[in-house]
Amino acid sequence: MSKINLDHISASQLLPEVQEAMINAIRGTLGNPSSQNMAGERASEALDKARECVAGLINCQYPTEIVFTSGGTESVNHAIKGVAMANAQKGRHIITSNIEHNAVNRSIKRLLQQGFKTTSVSVDKKGRVSPEEVARAIKDDTILVSIMHSNNEIGTIQPIKEIAAVCREKKVLLHTDAVDSVGVVPVDVQDLGVDLLSFASNPFYGPTGVGGLYIRRGTNVWPILDGGVQEKNRRAGTENLIGIIGLGTAADLARKHLPERLAHFKRLQKLLLTELPNYIDEYFINGDPDNGLPHLVSLSPKYIEGESIMLMLDDEGFTVSTRSACATGSLRASHVLMAIGLDHADAQGTLVITLGVENTEADITGFLKSLKHIVESLRAISPLYKNR
Amino acid sequence: MLYSKTVMDHFRNPRNVGEIENPDGVGEVGNPLCGDMMTIYLKIEDERIQDIKFQTFGCGSAIAVSSMLTELAKGKTIEEAKKITNKDVADALEGLPKNKLHCSNLGADALQMAIKNYEDKKAGIVREEERQEKHEHSHEDGGCHCPYCDSEVDKDAKFCKACLSEIEEEH
Repeated sequence: MSKINLDHISASQLLPEVQEAMINAIRGTLGNPSSQNMAGERASEALDKARECVAGLINCQYPTEIVFTSGGTESVNHAIKGVAMANAQKGRHIITSNIEHNAVNRSIKRLLQQGFKTTSVSVDKKGRVSPEEVARAIKDDTILVSIMHSNNEIGTIQPIKEIAAVCREKKVLLHTDAVDSVGVVPVDVQDLGVDLLSFASNPFYGPTGVGGLYIRRGTNVWPILDGGVQEKNRRAGTENLIGIIGLGTAADLARKHLPERLAHFKRLQKLLLTELPNYIDEYFINGDPDNGLPHLVSLSPKYIEGESIMLMLDDEGFTVSTRSACATGSLRASHVLMAIGLDHADAQGTLVITLGVENTEADITGFLKSLKHIVESLRAISPLYKNR
Repeated sequence: MLYSKTVMDHFRNPRNVGEIENPDGVGEVGNPLCGDMMTIYLKIEDERIQDIKFQTFGCGSAIAVSSMLTELAKGKTIEEAKKITNKDVADALEGLPKNKLHCSNLGADALQMAIKNYEDKKAGIVREEERQEKHEHSHEDGGCHCPYCDSEVDKDAKFCKACLSEIEEEH
């Protein structure tokens, strides 16, 4: 059975052009970018080209402001721990929100063990951070604010530009985890005014295991990997050249095709949201689809549990997610859904549907038909439905 | 695949689903953290479980556990059914992921509550409706495992060193 992927936030197929670029690189004779020989020089040129493509996608002033990493998690760790270590003499207070990805939350937890302090700003029912609340949380010893650009579970996009204005006024660095935004919606680091921005390649059809960190020129950040002098001494270790070539190609395609991708996502998202009431009742949509990621729908059908729905959908050929894939194995209800006010049962019953460029209207209709009878069959055995 | 073939079979084709009208015993358990909830209904004749049905809100393993439990209990005497443990259910399912054991494996607890409810009724004891809420860590293989990941944790650990989750409950 061919699967219909509605879980693009977890994994997407590489675009053919990305595959081709990577295969050509594998078959070619690129060397180590740090080597002084000709093969090394070609590798270095390939790295520079990829860096320019990424810079073009997020509108860096200088391509050298991009540090290639092993993906979003490393980028976030580098941003938070790197700023903390480099600025500990100035202060040890970090501000974040209560719906951040675990890469942020756990980086900060590690720092708490080293004597840092944190303030977690609450979000409203749509999952939105208030810039005024960030301003109120900033103290004399605050060195970093880290607020995600968009949330991977509910899709809400944060007012980063307004938060950046607050941070600039208070002379505090701002990092944004834009892993789920870059390549999906327009992200312009100069317009946003952020100091650091994390991204990964797979959300825009590049390979997994590669990403990057934008570090505004002049920002004081320590490396978290020490060794060689790669990436201008900001991240040691021989670069993942093949992955980075794939990332660069995917970034270039994302920049060129972003308007049509946006229109495609919005059309399918609207179809899904408009048709849902014709298939199921007693559900709610989380986040703020009007001001959120255009390819994401967070759906909570009441009285049934998400993993069961996901497994049954999988049997019928539709791949969806119940939460961040990184949280699989955790049994605790999603901290994001609890933060926006869901109770445990509703949070456990939430599906995350993320669309991709290859999805069609027929995929949405097929999904809704399957969802309808799955919801009915699970509600038939649910004590919560009986006692509603 | 996270689950064994037997778990997936019972999840896809759950046995004994539903409710019994005028049951002789009812047991309901729930897990406040992960939200799983199971209700077991019993029909008893001559101290033997003549019929057993379940309703479950929960993940794949919770549904499979409920289904397997009813299969194990059906036809057994009350005394035999009292001996069914959560481990028996998990073993009959060819195992469950460690981090699911503490959460989904509530079936035998629900059964024991239903039996207690039956015995109370028979003895004329009226209790207020009660639901057992459980959230225990897995102690499989003699070790203690984090409820949020599969890592082994120290007996008195306050948090899991692997996933950094706080462990508030006694274990």
